[in-house]
Amino acid sequence: MTTAAKNPAPGPPPGAAKNRIGLTQADYKGSESTLCPGCGHDAITNSIVTAAFEMGIEPHRLAKLSGIGCSSKTPAYFMSRSFAFNAVHGRMPSIATGVHVANRELQLLGISGDGDTASIGIGQFIHLIRRNVPVAYLVENNGVYGLTKGQFSATADVGTRAKTGRVNEIMPIDLCALAIELGCGFVARSFSGDPKQLRPILKAALSHRGTAVIDILSPCVTFNNHLGSTKSYDNVKEHDAPLHDVFYIPAHEPIMVDYAPGETREVRLFDGSRVTLKKLDHDYDPSDGMRAMVTLRQAREEGKFVTGVLYANPAKPAFDREVGMVEQPLSSLTLEQVRPGRGALEEIMTGLRTGAGAPVSAGGG
Amino acid sequence: MNAPTPHRVNEFNVHVATVNGSGSQTANTTLLRSIFQMGVPVGGKNLFPSNIAGLPTWFTIRVNEKGYLARQKANDLLVALNAETAAADIAAMGPGSVIVVNEGISFPDVPADRTVHVVPLTKLVEPIVPDARLRRLVVNMVYVGVVSHLVGIDPDEVDRALTAQLGRKQKALAVNREAVRAGLEYARANLPPAPFRVERRNLTGGKILIEGNAAAALGAMFGGVTFVAWYPITPSSSLAEALQTYLERYRKDPESGASTYAILQAEDEIAAIGMVLGASWAGARSMTATSGPGLSLMTEFVGYAYYAEIPAVIWDVQRIGPSTGLPTRTSQGDLLSVAFMSHGDTKHVMLFPSTVDDCFQYGMAAFDLAERLQTPVFVMSDLDLGMNVWMSEPFAYPEKPWDRGKVLTDEQVERLGKFERYRDADGDGIPYRTIPGQKHPLAAYFTRGSGHDEQARYTESSETYPRVMDRLSKKYDTARRLAPGPVIDRAPRAKVGLFCYGSTAVAMEEARDLLRADGIETSHLLLKAYPFHPDVKAFVESCERVYVVEQNRDAQMTSLLEMDMPDLAPRLRSILHYDGLPIDAVTIMDGVRSGEREEVTVR
Repeated sequence: MTTAAKNPAPGPPPGAAKNRIGLTQADYKGSESTLCPGCGHDAITNSIVTAAFEMGIEPHRLAKLSGIGCSSKTPAYFMSRSFAFNAVHGRMPSIATGVHVANRELQLLGISGDGDTASIGIGQFIHLIRRNVPVAYLVENNGVYGLTKGQFSATADVGTRAKTGRVNEIMPIDLCALAIELGCGFVARSFSGDPKQLRPILKAALSHRGTAVIDILSPCVTFNNHLGSTKSYDNVKEHDAPLHDVFYIPAHEPIMVDYAPGETREVRLFDGSRVTLKKLDHDYDPSDGMRAMVTLRQAREEGKFVTGVLYANPAKPAFDREVGMVEQPLSSLTLEQVRPGRGALEEIMTGLRTGAGAPVSAGGG
Repeated sequence: MNAPTPHRVNEFNVHVATVNGSGSQTANTTLLRSIFQMGVPVGGKNLFPSNIAGLPTWFTIRVNEKGYLARQKANDLLVALNAETAAADIAAMGPGSVIVVNEGISFPDVPADRTVHVVPLTKLVEPIVPDARLRRLVVNMVYVGVVSHLVGIDPDEVDRALTAQLGRKQKALAVNREAVRAGLEYARANLPPAPFRVERRNLTGGKILIEGNAAAALGAMFGGVTFVAWYPITPSSSLAEALQTYLERYRKDPESGASTYAILQAEDEIAAIGMVLGASWAGARSMTATSGPGLSLMTEFVGYAYYAEIPAVIWDVQRIGPSTGLPTRTSQGDLLSVAFMSHGDTKHVMLFPSTVDDCFQYGMAAFDLAERLQTPVFVMSDLDLGMNVWMSEPFAYPEKPWDRGKVLTDEQVERLGKFERYRDADGDGIPYRTIPGQKHPLAAYFTRGSGHDEQARYTESSETYPRVMDRLSKKYDTARRLAPGPVIDRAPRAKVGLFCYGSTAVAMEEARDLLRADGIETSHLLLKAYPFHPDVKAFVESCERVYVVEQNRDAQMTSLLEMDMPDLAPRLRSILHYDGLPIDAVTIMDGVRSGEREEVTVR
């Protein structure tokens, strides 16, 4: 058998630390990765495992969703006790929308790549944000197609060189700028090689009630890690320009660190948790969308990657509020709740008999 | 005044030619309903352009006390209100017909065996409606008065039908009433009755009039739909819109405004089916409604749903293809593309409603079937059935509970001590599923469109892949008996079998009666579902020849039959109709007759 799958994680080592719901970190693992050794995506997978463990997420309350590509394979490599939907290429957002509306109690973690999101899936990505469907949407962005061996994606920077020597001349799509433009309530950029920054951002995204986009630079060690590639590990590391140090404080924990006034900014999230952004060189206000756009534009011109929480507006109402459904998940409604009574059918039939109750008129084209 | 002529009773067609967007719908519905209220069976067909306003549109009412309500090629009474098409509309009228033309419309000479009445319809409405823009709408009511006199519709019934529609708008009702009266009084004073008449019968008591799309929507609601995603496309939009109207009325708490459903207008059909699959996977009863171009877009996800085994109900209200085709004309042209929709070895379940009652029943049954089989189920309606007005017995309240299929609870998973998503535990090819959100640590599984084994794990194994595919085939065979079986009417001594599906059935009974009168006895099979029930093959075996009647060019159903029963292929003949207008009984009769003549010649 050439199967890559392995059995879910074995039992925890004796004495392993437990989180607030009594699970160990091993309970958040998946089967072994089949990606190339050293792949940035595996580092992101590890950050997800740690973040979910530390947050004490109940595995059955989270659903993993993905599209197609190296990144979209990774949900198999973490949280094997969670349901997963590995969809068709570029269409995970529509799956997320349906899952959310069917069961608003499920927390959704979407894993995508730059090809899956910025090329084939750009339309659904835009509409996901437009609707503000609650999903933590991760783009594991390496600028190339890995599974098909190194073609440029739509996030490839101008002037970057492919392994074949070809140079990209076409403007990239900046997914963060696009998300901010669309009014996304949580937009961040991070780097797979900086778990210290990525983990709190992941936790914040999972605590946000709405679409949260994290564009994670995640170098492809096989097809895009050479000299001349703007998304090589070394180039990203060298040009990584963090906006701030990011800290995540869960709702159930008091603030432990005291900062001098003016040093930090705080974002209060839907579930009561907080993100604290500690000032580095400049003060950065994540509630200022215009400023965020300017910052991204400047960074691109300087060949830098600004990372951190670019924009946050946690008050934006999530999609289920817009739809106006009952509190109980639609998936658990009983027949009695969804089949109108005999009186309803009689009333409708009377209308159709007398002509007083025709529902809609024909026509169109 | 002419001397009274012998007249036909309750057997004629009224054809109204107007301009799209001119507001003739209330007038036409009033005519249709008033005849219906006189106890005489009626059917209404709207032939409309792919246009909002300004292009020609026709409405045809068939009045037939035998209950034949399929389209006929010839009409008996024409109301010509559209100057642009008047010449052609009038030229299409045959001997003995009556033609009402609005004054001012010019037209060539008409042979003497047709009766032409030039009526000042517009002038008659002038004193009633001073506003010229409004007048354009109300003028339609004048022809209602004229027609009711010509064919003898009881004015009280006209008034009742009008009141039912406009009762809540008293001002509009008053103006329209006056217009009807003006037409009626003018006609009484100036026009002889037509040689075809309506006479009261008692054949419509308790019956309803409804479009197939509205019936489908009702079925979905009573079937317990909880999730709908759709993208507007003719002729399926009115299904989703009717559903929205009904759901808002009956499935929304009037106080809190909270609904027990969600209906989303997606950004395209790819997103619509994606949302349906996501919601269905997560445990909602999910459906979409679309037509040809939308289906083409859904193709990849449909293959996914087949392979990953996710229930979905997809209404295909068929229109003419290929490509954009004729968006407002009817067809049965999607069979082959749906039966095998998507790449690789895929095959799908199709239901074929042939009446509005079927639309209601399948609105419910399609969910049960999709969830029982864990696969997409397509309901193959069409524009004729979906958007035209049909008479029916009132729909019966469902007595059976729903069937959510093989879903394991946490307690069942615990008792089993394991869960294998794609294991054929029962030998019918149908596996068990769990619903995301279930707490049992063994309940979760990984859904993917890539190669997977019984435990839903990724695999490229050469042993596993065919094993899974063979099980899917087995499941498909199970569907043969789970889906509704065919309706068969065997005539003793008949050598000829007639075979049809969907809206063609409406013309079939009439065609069989015509053939019987002509000395050709026929047996009949009305197909309700694909894959074929074993009775289908038995029927073909029992006939010397089977005429498969279809509304497409390529004999698509015949191809499916030939694939399923190649040894019987020589018995199959095709009668094909694909001009975008609903099939009529004479087309079927002529097809059988000429086929039978050839049989004789060959022998």
